[in-house]
Amino acid sequence: MIFNKLSERLFAALAGVLSMLFVSAADAEYVLNMTRGVTPISRDLYSLHMIVLWVCVVIAIVVFGVMIWSIIYHRKSRGAVAANFHENAQVEVFWTVGPLVILIAIAIPATATLIDLEDAKTNADINLQVTGIQWKWKYNYIDEEVVFISSLAQSSRDVIKDPTGHENYLLEVDQPVVLPINKKIRFLFHSDDVLHAWWVPAFAVKQDVVPGFINDSWAVIEKTGTYRGQCAELCGKDHGFMPIVVEAVTQGEYEQWIADKKAEAAAIAESADKEWSMQDLLAQGETVYKSNCAACHGPTGAGIPGVFPALSNSPVATGDPAGHINIVMNGKAGTAMAAYKSQLSDVDLAAVITFERNSFGNSVGDMVQPSAIKNSR
Amino acid sequence: MTTITADDDHDPHAAHDDHGPEKGLTRWITTTNHKDIGTLYLWLAFIMFLTGGTMAMVIRLELFQPGLQFVEPGFFNQMTTMHGLIMVFGAIMPAFVGLANWLIPMMIGAPDMALPRMNNWSFWILPFAFSILGSTLFMEGGGPAFGWTFYAPLSTTFAPDSTDFFILAVHLMGISSVMGAINVIATILNMRAPGMTLMKMPLFVWTWLITAYLLIAVMPVLAGAVTMMLTDRHFGTSFFDAAGGGDPVMFQHIFWFFGHPEVYIMILPAFGIVSAIVPTFARKRLFGYSSMVYAVASIAILSFLVWAHHMFTTGMPVVGELYFMYATILISVPTGVKVFNWVSTMWRGSMTFETPMLWALGFIVMFTIGGLSGLMLGVAPVDTQYHDTYFVVAHFHYVLVTGALFSIIAAFYYWVPKWTGHMYNETHGKIHFWWSTIAVNVLFFPQHFLGLAGMPRRIPDYSLQFAEFNMISSIGGFAFGLAQVFFLYIVIKTIKGGEKASDLVWEGATGLEFEELSSPPPYHSFTVAPDIK
Repeated sequence: MIFNKLSERLFAALAGVLSMLFVSAADAEYVLNMTRGVTPISRDLYSLHMIVLWVCVVIAIVVFGVMIWSIIYHRKSRGAVAANFHENAQVEVFWTVGPLVILIAIAIPATATLIDLEDAKTNADINLQVTGIQWKWKYNYIDEEVVFISSLAQSSRDVIKDPTGHENYLLEVDQPVVLPINKKIRFLFHSDDVLHAWWVPAFAVKQDVVPGFINDSWAVIEKTGTYRGQCAELCGKDHGFMPIVVEAVTQGEYEQWIADKKAEAAAIAESADKEWSMQDLLAQGETVYKSNCAACHGPTGAGIPGVFPALSNSPVATGDPAGHINIVMNGKAGTAMAAYKSQLSDVDLAAVITFERNSFGNSVGDMVQPSAIKNSR
Repeated sequence: MTTITADDDHDPHAAHDDHGPEKGLTRWITTTNHKDIGTLYLWLAFIMFLTGGTMAMVIRLELFQPGLQFVEPGFFNQMTTMHGLIMVFGAIMPAFVGLANWLIPMMIGAPDMALPRMNNWSFWILPFAFSILGSTLFMEGGGPAFGWTFYAPLSTTFAPDSTDFFILAVHLMGISSVMGAINVIATILNMRAPGMTLMKMPLFVWTWLITAYLLIAVMPVLAGAVTMMLTDRHFGTSFFDAAGGGDPVMFQHIFWFFGHPEVYIMILPAFGIVSAIVPTFARKRLFGYSSMVYAVASIAILSFLVWAHHMFTTGMPVVGELYFMYATILISVPTGVKVFNWVSTMWRGSMTFETPMLWALGFIVMFTIGGLSGLMLGVAPVDTQYHDTYFVVAHFHYVLVTGALFSIIAAFYYWVPKWTGHMYNETHGKIHFWWSTIAVNVLFFPQHFLGLAGMPRRIPDYSLQFAEFNMISSIGGFAFGLAQVFFLYIVIKTIKGGEKASDLVWEGATGLEFEELSSPPPYHSFTVAPDIK
């Protein structure tokens, strides 16, 4: 569309001038406008955004133009004498009806786009359940029985004091979501704790995840690539640290990935049956602790007084293993402590519990084997 | 016509009525005088403004560059929450109530507010409310960290213990606001001088009358919301907990049924102020007075019908989204009428640009920018991309800072010569205006770009592509903050002394407070009702 190209150039020029005003050393790549994205909806939203933006710019130019003219020519220092008029019914009707017509012109395409955007239910090829958990995302490929949790990558956590030059800082995860292109994907959103919002700008999908309710949305990704997003609804302390990464791949690659994931899950399930050594449990436990527990209980197990209890010398982490296993697996009602049995494997649960019992100054010395977890499920 | 002056209390006839203020601290604690209470409100608002502003400085400092350098994420959330609460409930609203107290009796020809004792209470509740709210920052677990919108369940099951103090503070603020609103309505409806018909009232009085009705309608809704939170937290109810049959999204419906009229509570009196200032300095009557009144009334009615446009991503049914989109963009019609009328008032006027006029013109331009981005946000499908990003932050700061706050500052410069009898320093006023205006745009304009580029709001840290605009925004923020310290200096200097202001103050001024009262006015404005032309 010619209008689109023209408007894009105009906007780029305008934004360029503005950013020159603000920034002298233009060494980074600035993103000034909404992404056009890679789904039909995101493209529609981009066009709609540009139309409304230009309507607003034109209105602003007209209103400010009249104001500026008046400020220049109708000033006392130029000898302007005040006119006497102060009422005109026709003019009032004109500038009530005029804007109304503009609004109707905006509302028509907006209505069509909105109806399209909300049509998640029909003809979905893949159903992906997305669960928000403080502060990570759980993905469940319902038709494939592939489930995993995706949280902020350790590489970002490591440079949090000074991320200079760290590409994709806060926008990288340990396990990305993999989705095939050119398929209608229906997202089903749900939360385990507070509100979150799953947002990937390139897909124009932003949906609140609500505990106790299921919301949906959809996307057809038209281009392979890596797409990044973030939680968009304040969800507590680490709201800024629960990114989303989606790898869009071809159908073949997707099928391969699903197969790999299934094999991986089978291997993990199998490893639960073997006897683990203390050393292996501690090593695995530390990794699990960092990505699941450290956000609240702190990297040194000190917690935050009054909000999140400390693990060092805690009665639970140094007491009877059964109590410890129970609280990690089932959570604690009425608090932020989640039930991890649905989030972690038997091995990970056993490892992290063992780790907590033998770290941060705790030295209970006992081990919790994956088989013990399996039995308590 | 004789002007009633401050010296009238030497007149044996007036001495009996106009006794002047008490001396010392008791004057301020026990006062029932509308001017004293107005002053108290304005000072409280200024102190809260500087407090909330300091919190904003902490926010901008942490966001100056990527990485976590200064504060912990948990504390950052407390700062954004308290900044919002303090600015909304502590700065903007009390400042407008202060202006109402000072101006409404003088504008309608009344000696004082209708319910002076209640006026005293409605003010003196507030210092306690804000002390309670502020004290939460020092409690174990920290203060409220769930945003000024306090969405459940982050504010119920997952909130710190101090939330109960927050609930108490909100209740107190609500009681204060409702009492203040009742007082404004009683004053306007009962105490107008003979001949001051409703359609002769200055627009500031009109906007406040409508604002007061909004307050009475929605503050109890807020009180209901926090009470439901309290019972959810402690008494086993499940209003907002799906596990017990409740609905977290219902919290948002209740909150925004309060919250949307609330944003008009914070802007309607601003419309009244600008409608007073622009005609004075254009030396021309306000264009379309009656359509201005009708526009304010329409905005007020529509404000009750659009609340869920804050909730387009919560998973509402498509029909609901369509309705709220149509109703929302409809608000731009009466708002547009107001802007067009101001511009027509300027058109073929004889304008001068003293400080109050500069702030009023700044208001019109930048409020229009905020209004237009509001129209964009109202278009529901595109809101999918804008929602909860810095685009929203930019939008509501354009309407609240360059809108509401600029109008309050304009009102200060416009009426302070009347209140104190002293002219402020014109050069200082102009420096304050240009400094603030440039800084505020450096602060908030880049946030539009940040939002469009995908930066969510309420995050303490961000990825590298947002670094440049955040740094620019922070620099603008520090400069804007500093400008308001300069404003504090101007305020104190003007109160202490300055060139003597004439009774009319401004060549083009109209209205009872300028035409009938001395500068400064007598302690009780009109002991004898003025003649209304």
